[in-house]
Amino acid sequence: MIYVRHVLAHLRKDLRLEWRNRDGINGMLFFALLIVVVFSLAFDPTAYPTTARQISGGLLWVGVLFASITALNGSWARELRNGVLDAHRLSPAPASALFVGKALANFFFVSVVELVLAPVFAIFYNLHPVGNTALLLLILPLGTWALVCNGTFFAALSLRTRNRELLLPLILCPIAMPALLASIQATTNVLTGDFNPDLWMRVLFAYDVLFTTASVLLFEVVLHAD
Amino acid sequence: METATTRGKGVYFGLAWFLLTALALGIGFSKAMTAPTEATMGNLYRIFFYHLPHAILSFVFPYLNCAACFAYLYWRNRNPPRAMIADAFALAAGEITVLYSTIGLATGMLWARAAWGIWWTWDARLTTYLLLWLLYVSYMLVRGFAGGGAALPGGGQPGLISAVLGVFAAIDVPICFMSIRWWRTQHPAPVFGGGDGSGIDASMVPAVLWNMVAWGMWGLFLLGWRYALERRRQQQAAAKALAFLSSDLRTQPAQAPAMTEVG
Repeated sequence: MIYVRHVLAHLRKDLRLEWRNRDGINGMLFFALLIVVVFSLAFDPTAYPTTARQISGGLLWVGVLFASITALNGSWARELRNGVLDAHRLSPAPASALFVGKALANFFFVSVVELVLAPVFAIFYNLHPVGNTALLLLILPLGTWALVCNGTFFAALSLRTRNRELLLPLILCPIAMPALLASIQATTNVLTGDFNPDLWMRVLFAYDVLFTTASVLLFEVVLHAD
Repeated sequence: METATTRGKGVYFGLAWFLLTALALGIGFSKAMTAPTEATMGNLYRIFFYHLPHAILSFVFPYLNCAACFAYLYWRNRNPPRAMIADAFALAAGEITVLYSTIGLATGMLWARAAWGIWWTWDARLTTYLLLWLLYVSYMLVRGFAGGGAALPGGGQPGLISAVLGVFAAIDVPICFMSIRWWRTQHPAPVFGGGDGSGIDASMVPAVLWNMVAWGMWGLFLLGWRYALERRRQQQAAAKALAFLSSDLRTQPAQAPAMTEVG
């Protein structure tokens, strides 16, 4: 339970910092809205409802991906000031608790954005989902966790590189592709009702388990790198 | 201060391996060009003898990279000199992966354009292959961004970051393969082991095997050479840093070793 207390402490810290200065979330929300508008330029969403249903799943997840990248870069920036990162390294608390706490905080922020983005999509694109929308309550968190968990880990990795904001999307996107694929396929099914999303939800779950384990195990190494 | 560049025993082994490889490549070439003409594609299909070995081998080198990354992470604090060897090996294997998958992609695209009229399609196999290429290009990018060739000895940032990414990439490759396969299947059914009607004519098998062996040997040759180059660069960087440490104002080397960003 001590581990959980550490995780909660880190989580509270991140939530509190973000609450005091809501730049990150505001930026993400506005960015997500802009994406909805920009994508609407590529095709006419309301004139072609079938097409809109087929591709909106993909557009939603691309929007979430870009929004979360903007947030992830900033999430570690606050640890660089005032030698906070060195304090983390010196503390006897398990390093992975820092990672899990931060990943949970990022997960919370991106979920807030999604809760706004998904209905906005539905409204602006006149989406009438044919499949079982209740499944979205499972698909969205699983997919978001996949992006956020890997993203938080790679953002920590790129702290010591030259061009850290540029590097994060370059390494996150290839590794997260199977998760993106599964999320998009599952979401598209909910919208079009064409096929069963079970397979994709299982893939997402397996991906989440695998990469969360890998990130938790390797975070200590990354934090204590010279 | 330059380290003495004595010629190690490795050079003779490398030369012998190169000659054997050249021989195997020659035999492979002659077998590929003299194999019987294929029924539907004519002589066009011969690019397959180059496409297949490169495609298959480009799935082997990532796991050499992964093993080297694990070794680096294990030895990083326990035995730093050995960790540097692992790091050099990981870098070489990563580069060869990018090389072989680039050639596999290029030969595949040329073949597809000539035989079926399309440069590309997003079927299971091609998408997985493109993802493999993207993963290892991102690996090389991380090495470049994390400090380039001026890494200090004893690990430093580029080795660690890329080792971790290498492990993640290797975990990702099978997941990509399975998930994308479930997503689409349009690639010509697997030539080997794809059930009835698959497999190639027995007369073409020697050409395939010789080319597989030859390009495997070539890949190992390049791997060894790149590894040796990286080791030499590591040793020179280490010598430079040590020289700087033991110098004073009178003997200070003209150029300080590059310092990495604090932060």
